[in-house]
Amino acid sequence: MRIIISRDDLKQMITYASAKLPEEACGLIAGTEDSEEKIIKKIYYLTNVDHSNEHFSLNPVEQLKAVKDMRVNGLKPLGNWHSHPETPSRPSQEDIRLAHDSHASYLILSLQNREEPVLRAFQVVEGVVSRDELVIK
Amino acid sequence: MITITIAGEKKQYEEGITIEKLVAAEKVETPQYVTVSLNESFVEHKDFATTALRDGDEVEFLYFMGGGR
Repeated sequence: MRIIISRDDLKQMITYASAKLPEEACGLIAGTEDSEEKIIKKIYYLTNVDHSNEHFSLNPVEQLKAVKDMRVNGLKPLGNWHSHPETPSRPSQEDIRLAHDSHASYLILSLQNREEPVLRAFQVVEGVVSRDELVIK
Repeated sequence: MITITIAGEKKQYEEGITIEKLVAAEKVETPQYVTVSLNESFVEHKDFATTALRDGDEVEFLYFMGGGR
């Protein structure tokens, strides 16, 4: 699966996640998809109700609001994103354990190196992680 | 029959169907991790089996989304 994100959206995500430090930042991604690629058209910035630098949980009320916004705007839910303030861009054991949607793409933005943030995309199917190709346009 | 809007789509189900049965009928993946919104209010898992749906209800299935480093 190829995931396409715009340079502007990536920049905005980095800015948002950096402002939320030391906490993990999180949200949803929405757009269009076919069998080969997902194109991110909108990034949703949701509250991390854990307010932690080690964990995140999306605010369910905001999640519901975002899902309805996607529907109104003709966008499909594509997955979620979150930041790792101090660790690399790879799913942790907890990320894998809590990845309940096998159709979702999980984007992880590492801010471990503040000067060079790293965004990667993954899928998790029954606990097995695979990395998606991420294209920044 | 009653009409329920599920994730924006109108569907017909038998009168008195509970959320628990609806989750099964809709083949929701990993239902133990699904949060259900009924008419904008969240229903607790313990109430799935006893919450019957009514004509015109709006239901959303949301996956809990979280993780850690």
